[in-house]
Amino acid sequence: MLGVIIRNNKTILLRPSFSSAFRQFSSSAKQMTVRDALNSALDEEMSADPKVFLMGEEVGEYQGAYKISKGLLEKYGPDRVLDTPITEAGFTGIGVGAAYYGLKPVVEFMTFNFSMQAIDHIINSAAKSNYMSAGQISVPIVFRGPNGAAAGVGAQHSHCYASWYGSCPGLKVLAPYSSEDARGLLKAAIRDPDPVVFLENELLYGESFPVSAEVLDSSFCLPIGKAKIEREGKDVTITAFSKMVGFALKAAEILAKEGISAEVINLRSIRPLDRSTINASVRKTNRLVTVEEGFPQHGVGAEICTSVIEESFGYLDAPVERIAGADVPMPYAANLERLAVPQVEDIVRAAKRACHRSVPMAAAA
Amino acid sequence: MALSRLASSSTVGSNLVKPISAAISLHRPISSDATTTLTIETSLPFTAHNCSPPSTSVTTTPSELLSFFRTMALMRRMEIAADSLYKSKLIRGFCHLYDGQEAVAVGMEASTTKKDCIITAYRDHCTFLGRGGTLLEVYSELMGRIDGCSKGKGGSMHFYKKDSGFYGGHGIVGAQVPLGCGLAFGQKYLKDESVTFALYGDGAANQGQLFEALNIAALWDLPAILVCENNHYGMGTAEWRAAKSPAYYKRGDYVPGLKVDGMDVLAVKQAVKFAKEHALQNGPLILEMDTYRYHGHSMSDPGSTYRTRDEISGVRQERDPIERVRKLLLSHDIATEKELKDTEKEVRKEVDEAIAKAKESPVPEPSDLFSNVYAKGYGVEAFGADRKELRATLP
Repeated sequence: MLGVIIRNNKTILLRPSFSSAFRQFSSSAKQMTVRDALNSALDEEMSADPKVFLMGEEVGEYQGAYKISKGLLEKYGPDRVLDTPITEAGFTGIGVGAAYYGLKPVVEFMTFNFSMQAIDHIINSAAKSNYMSAGQISVPIVFRGPNGAAAGVGAQHSHCYASWYGSCPGLKVLAPYSSEDARGLLKAAIRDPDPVVFLENELLYGESFPVSAEVLDSSFCLPIGKAKIEREGKDVTITAFSKMVGFALKAAEILAKEGISAEVINLRSIRPLDRSTINASVRKTNRLVTVEEGFPQHGVGAEICTSVIEESFGYLDAPVERIAGADVPMPYAANLERLAVPQVEDIVRAAKRACHRSVPMAAAA
Repeated sequence: MALSRLASSSTVGSNLVKPISAAISLHRPISSDATTTLTIETSLPFTAHNCSPPSTSVTTTPSELLSFFRTMALMRRMEIAADSLYKSKLIRGFCHLYDGQEAVAVGMEASTTKKDCIITAYRDHCTFLGRGGTLLEVYSELMGRIDGCSKGKGGSMHFYKKDSGFYGGHGIVGAQVPLGCGLAFGQKYLKDESVTFALYGDGAANQGQLFEALNIAALWDLPAILVCENNHYGMGTAEWRAAKSPAYYKRGDYVPGLKVDGMDVLAVKQAVKFAKEHALQNGPLILEMDTYRYHGHSMSDPGSTYRTRDEISGVRQERDPIERVRKLLLSHDIATEKELKDTEKEVRKEVDEAIAKAKESPVPEPSDLFSNVYAKGYGVEAFGADRKELRATLP
């Protein structure tokens, strides 16, 4: 639905306001949803390497619980796109065993909440094997699926596992935000010879992002362990991953109007954590706000804060601020859920505190 | 005993030895007639579930029987020597010994190739040896030295030999069963025409993940054989106290099963041959090996608080796998008492030499703390206890 309007001898191309798949336009940016980014990455990697296969609940005939694997069964057949019974411990163990043998499985968890049923295989069978075998048994497997809060799904379906998996040596843990991240990081994960936990976000699947021709190329790949500076700034560093990157960017817009220039770092990689990018940023801005959706205690922000204190203490002009999910199981009621998950205004407020712009802490004590 | 049987009639079942054309002599040297086929009856019949059992007449050769004897004697000696090393604190942590169960490891090797895969739990020293591992690799690993099969990084429970299809060595009870079904998935995916044996004990037989994996293996026709090494005690809990149904060969329900005398190496050989053929055609099968461990669960278990010493010595008397083969070798005049004693002495010497050599093997370099965390580390940093003191870049 492309229209061309000629007004006053200027030609204006109209971009469609929706996109469910990318379109080739001659000059304007292409848009792609995260869902299509993941689907195309899976498709391309399965096409490139016959050892790559996909297994999980409803990935085949159902076309994927969230339609991430749409069309793959038709294209690659039931030997490479396998619908499993609802038995995470069993099928995850089978996936890891297939990786031991030399195949490259992509194991989908319908959500990472269900990965807890299989966590022994992720940690003890996958993450530690290369070390325990002194390099004999490498495990080229990807565990992927939606992680963290969705909308109104309650306590058992809203847990964020970034910090749990991120603490385990032997695992690589990735958290894409944009479609470029989704494509590049999933491709990197599938090509990687080590076990990768790939934390997607259900609420991002439908969001569109611009993608360049380079990103759309089948050889596109992003490096593991490198964060991306989404927005440069000089007054305060805001770190975030997954959906919170979008919130951090919105917060940065609001802060800019108040004269605070925020640098937003999209972590992309929880493990390895890009400490050098984070520290270099804090050495520049002297202030840090960490943002995550998951529980605060022993979380990703706690690790980032400690890393900065260890490496860049002298550069900090204010205490590190930490924005995280509320320290409660996720409630159902919409107003409570809103209080349980970080909002843009929380990030703005914390950034202002870090910049000594807000009222001193309330006399609650 | 053998000479009198030779004179008996040739009805099937009582005929232990096919007539050999050469004259029977009490002093036949070990190396001759190595490939003469013998047919020997298993000690007990097989009990089948949802399948027809294989014949109890097992073909073998004198040289195979001799190698069974030697290998089992080597395994026995290896485990007993490990016991002493543990008591002298050269081996630390866990040490789960396999003596008594040797026939399972050895019988399995007789009917498989190194393209077939074996995966087991933590009682893995003899299984590793059967797959082609060396004594030096065993003892060095147990003592945490670099000549160990896992370069000292794994320990007793984490032996691996991927090039001969041995995938460990696993510490989490039951986890190795889905992993084994995954190996079988790989074999089917790549059309390798080989099978996987996933070994587990009577303790692990009740694990949920086992049934999850078996369901998928049956659905997807994976060439997986689940082998329950039933030594009747899951650590200190007798099978009848842990399982409502200790008939483990039947627990697969829709998956066929076979119960085997696991102290009879020929029965194991026959059952494994049967299982491999079955799995390549029809998908998974369960083998229950009725076996016994003389040691306790591990070195910290005397093994007598939950079973009687009479039971242990009774099994040793009546069912010991090495003694069974010794009797066969003697009764078929394949070897003399002295020759077999000499073999045992050789084996003991081999073990002693390997231990001496393993004691010379160096401990890993401190930098090995950080090796093999990843197959590909991207130059990321890893830290020691005091990260300002000890850090490394992972290659």
